[in-house]
Amino acid sequence: MDILAKERKVRELEGKIAELDNEELVKKLEVEIKRYKEETMTNLTAWDRVLLARHQLRPTSLEFINYMCDDFIELHGDRLFRDDKSIIAGIGNIRGNVVTIIAQQKGKSLEENLERNFSMPHPEGYRKALRLMKQAEKFKRPIITLIDTPGAYPGLGAEERGQGEAIARNLFEMSALTVPVIAVIIGEGGSGGALALGVANTVLMLENSIYSILSPEGYATILWKDATLASEAAEAMKLTSNDLEEYGVIDRIIKEPLGGAHFNKEETFRNTKQAILEELHNLKRFTGIELREKRIKKYRGFGFFQRFNYDNLKGVK
Amino acid sequence: MNDLIKAFENRKSSKNKFKIQRKISKASSVKTDVPKGLYEQCPNCKETVNVKATIENNFICKSCNEHFRVRAVDRIKITVDLGTFVEKGHGYITLNPLFQDGYEEKIIAYKEKTNLDEAYIYGYCEINGMPTVIGVMDSYFLMGSMGSVVGEKVTKSFEYALYKKLPIIIFTASGGARMQEGIFSLMQMAKTSAAAWKIAEQKQLYITVLTNPTTGGVTASFATLGDIILAEPNALIGFAGPRVIEQTINQKLPEGFQKSEFLEKKGFVDKVVHRDDMKDTLGKLLLFHRRYQ
Repeated sequence: MDILAKERKVRELEGKIAELDNEELVKKLEVEIKRYKEETMTNLTAWDRVLLARHQLRPTSLEFINYMCDDFIELHGDRLFRDDKSIIAGIGNIRGNVVTIIAQQKGKSLEENLERNFSMPHPEGYRKALRLMKQAEKFKRPIITLIDTPGAYPGLGAEERGQGEAIARNLFEMSALTVPVIAVIIGEGGSGGALALGVANTVLMLENSIYSILSPEGYATILWKDATLASEAAEAMKLTSNDLEEYGVIDRIIKEPLGGAHFNKEETFRNTKQAILEELHNLKRFTGIELREKRIKKYRGFGFFQRFNYDNLKGVK
Repeated sequence: MNDLIKAFENRKSSKNKFKIQRKISKASSVKTDVPKGLYEQCPNCKETVNVKATIENNFICKSCNEHFRVRAVDRIKITVDLGTFVEKGHGYITLNPLFQDGYEEKIIAYKEKTNLDEAYIYGYCEINGMPTVIGVMDSYFLMGSMGSVVGEKVTKSFEYALYKKLPIIIFTASGGARMQEGIFSLMQMAKTSAAAWKIAEQKQLYITVLTNPTTGGVTASFATLGDIILAEPNALIGFAGPRVIEQTINQKLPEGFQKSEFLEKKGFVDKVVHRDDMKDTLGKLLLFHRRYQ
């Protein structure tokens, strides 16, 4: 039974509560629901987390921004081609900290998703992000990126306008920014499309988010020639927040309420805001050059390999 | 991290059968695009071609001008001055961070087949007498995909150029990031891009030559960050693979889409250069950027 089936059962019970008017029974059922959630939703499998990360009701970037910012002004366009709606960018005020926020936005309904292109940015989206990051650097504003995308859009126009170049340019420029950069993975972190906003001093990740090189379905298809093995692939790919924290790819996990962020959005937003404020405070003590050096050094360290030391092998051969 | 490496060592210590190779000159008979036998059909134009003549002709089909894929070693042979190449940074061992079944065996098989330690080699060389650092990806090693070792070696080659204050030329040929190493492969994109930034900061010349095929995570990192981006004729260059795009948009791609000439037209490649002219073009560019001391 996966997490969605469990959630359906919880919703069913909650539906029953709404119908009841007997207070004692309501209390009993509420206890029952809590017990059930604690029993079944604590040790989630990797596939459960994939399902939660893609959940229809999962809070989107805009909801995060609306909760966290006292004020937010959205800025549009890359000044080259057009405005990409799958990336929201602008200047916001989080409890007195003026920051540039760049976020990938999923839709809640089909129409919204078509408008947002299912949160799959085109090159112009990444160029808009870069433009505003440069602007933030100019005015010494910290940058916060919210990552939630299945990947960069693979289409005709995207290729014609240099999707690869746009992502590469973002990686290149982001690694050298002299302002604090905090990336928060709030849902799906899909491949290069996510990394293009994810080269940060501190990478935070919601507990039930995923961050991977491609979708579990794609992984199963490419390596095992069978897309139905996606749940096994999710397990093998080490894409959950716990695994990634162990590898050092992310720095901090943001707790989610039991059963996923959408069960208690308020709590999710509060935790996220708290974590961002703390990390902003931590990064404030570094100068711009220090921030750049720290960031480059951090990414320089990633890799999993060994090297033969020829000196130790003298006399062996 | 350290725990993981230890666990890996314990698991694999009995299986360690990597060979030490210092020289690349003995690279052996790996399967290439060039047809085998004396006379064979060219896979592109279906014309019967003399195989030996094709190889002597820089691996280009004489009748249709198709540039066949070239192994890294051959690429170095046809690009640099004879006897000037010195390989650096050899001896990396690819590990298996996700404990994928059969991945180590696959790597060992490729190592034996290609005589390379990974899909990328780099070193010092001279082109028309101009000293430079050269890095070449080999698409015959697991599609030239970028895992931890390739990422590390690319970064090392940038650092070597930085240290020696030399220009750097990279020939790319890759299917993208290596799926078997998961998130570690993804991080190599950021790592190599940051290394390219360091070169740019010191105002050292960085030339990339995109060869068939350059796609995925390599296109989206160091391949498209060169000061000058050259490409070989009719090479596949793009971010998403053609099949993925066809599935997404549900229609056939137009003729010549994602080929080098297309990219030149769209403004993402500086110049498409024939393989015969590659050495001279690179030599001239190096000459133009020579630093007087």
